[in-house]
Amino acid sequence: MIIDLEKFSTVERPAWEELEKLLNRFENEPAFRPTVEQARQFHYLYERTSADLAKLVTFSAEPELRRYLENLVARAYSEIHETRGAQKRFSPLNWFLRTLPQTFRRHVKAFYLSLAVTIAGCAFGALALAFDPEAKAVIMPFAHLAGDPSDRVAKEEAVKEDRLSGAKTTFSGELMTHNTRVSILTLALGMTWGIGTIISLFYNGVILGAVALDYVRAGEIKFLLGWLMPHGVIEIPAILIAGQAGLILANALIGWGKRERLGQRFRAIAPDLVTLIFGVGVMLIWAGFIEAFLSQYHEPVIPYAAKIGFGCIELMLLILFLARSGKRAEAAADRELVQATAT
Amino acid sequence: MTRTNTLLIKTPEGVVFSQTLAGPIARFMAWLIDLALMLALLIGVSFAMVFLSIITPDFAAALRTILFFVITIGYAMTLEWIWRGQTIGKRAMGLRVVDAYGLKLQFSQVAIRNLLRIVDLLPGLYVVGGLATLFTRKAQRLGDLAANTVVIRIPKISQPNLAQFGADKYNSLRAYPHLCARLRQRVSPAEASAVLQAIVRRDEFDATARVLLFAELADHFKSKVEFPAEAVAEIADEQYVRNVADVLYRTETKRAAGILPASETRQDAKGTLVT
Repeated sequence: MIIDLEKFSTVERPAWEELEKLLNRFENEPAFRPTVEQARQFHYLYERTSADLAKLVTFSAEPELRRYLENLVARAYSEIHETRGAQKRFSPLNWFLRTLPQTFRRHVKAFYLSLAVTIAGCAFGALALAFDPEAKAVIMPFAHLAGDPSDRVAKEEAVKEDRLSGAKTTFSGELMTHNTRVSILTLALGMTWGIGTIISLFYNGVILGAVALDYVRAGEIKFLLGWLMPHGVIEIPAILIAGQAGLILANALIGWGKRERLGQRFRAIAPDLVTLIFGVGVMLIWAGFIEAFLSQYHEPVIPYAAKIGFGCIELMLLILFLARSGKRAEAAADRELVQATAT
Repeated sequence: MTRTNTLLIKTPEGVVFSQTLAGPIARFMAWLIDLALMLALLIGVSFAMVFLSIITPDFAAALRTILFFVITIGYAMTLEWIWRGQTIGKRAMGLRVVDAYGLKLQFSQVAIRNLLRIVDLLPGLYVVGGLATLFTRKAQRLGDLAANTVVIRIPKISQPNLAQFGADKYNSLRAYPHLCARLRQRVSPAEASAVLQAIVRRDEFDATARVLLFAELADHFKSKVEFPAEAVAEIADEQYVRNVADVLYRTETKRAAGILPASETRQDAKGTLVT
């Protein structure tokens, strides 16, 4: 049987057009909240158009009209069947103080793994330098780290004028963007089943371990701490969190012991990955400022004790923030969930 | 793994709708357009910073570094979020990023597919991403896989022009309503579609192909139902096929002629048609 296409189209078109108008409102006005009547009408129009599409597919094969209806049904379907939480108005403060630390804690095992890989890298770097001092040029291919640490310290402490004068903001911007790029790469390499992420974390650890040993052996521990701590206590955890995100991604890709399909596993972690990587971005902006405006100035300009003290305060605040921030809200949400389940 | 260029989604209501997946070439072209626009933006920023550097060189250089980063990372992310899955390049190529399950595109999906572009670009010119689109079932690059998104072609939607049947012309087949009814009964939707498409696209064929196509179609439908010789005498094959289409798609009822019984079609209080 073939349906009378012209009659069908004439009779049904007003409903399609009304649905299209509503869809345009939904799509173009993010703040649009339909009334109960509008929502009911929208659902009715969706079901009616779906029925029309089914009828058309069964009793006719007119491709143009079919494409038109498929497009309408697809758009309406995405509006009606979205079960993920409605996108509330984004509050940056709420995101930073609650969502970010809660997300970090939810995946803390991945963070510990990221930390373990970096520590292993540090150990490797330190051991490599201890056993083969010639390897320094390979492990630390940076001009300012190539020479003897004591010479560098003497040179830095003897500097009278501000070397970064007129270039501090530029240096800060370069640090922020470079480190954020490295962090994004560390996250993205999770798609290599985590191998790329692990290599990236390990390599960072190797450099850190070698630099630390080099300065410790030269007896420049105070300089090392004063130089690295103000920015490093934020920058290094930021890279570790990027690694954590990469490992979460890898875990979803591998799916050990999980019954969900690949798509469902990725869907479950997507918001967490975005939260973590944007959190890393915020941390690296701070670290970039500190590195350019504070870390590069040594005694006698800024006493090492002050720099190390500042770094310790930052580290304590960071640990407190990641461990405690948003905990009360989390507990309240858990209680609500238990009550809802009980009733 | 079976590859297809169509994404089929079945709704809980049992209705299946399809979306045509975009191929790697169309996507690459869209990316080239976006790349050109990004380069234009970066050049614009550089020029602006030259002027700013007269006042504050350090701040201008820092701002340029940050804006370069923001443009390269944020261009596609921002546009795809604001324009629901489209950048300027995708708009030009008629493409759109959508959720792989047909649901609403979330910001996290847009962010992930764009952040993971860094891996898809490796080792250069989208080699990893391009290969992934060739080997994944839904033509997804790695960023799309992780974000659960697909890139589809936006259909060019237009209402079919049914006037092409020539409704105002005399149709000799209609003199035999019982044979018309038999024809409607015996013709499948796919056959009817072939007729409709042949008529809609008749001006696109070259003359010989057009004659051959309509001759073949006419023979096919003549074998389905045999109309008396006087009904088909001196009718060209193309006219015969148009008459067949007219019979198939337009039943001659009072409603088709625009006389609709009030009891069958009315408008409710909200102006919605209810039948």
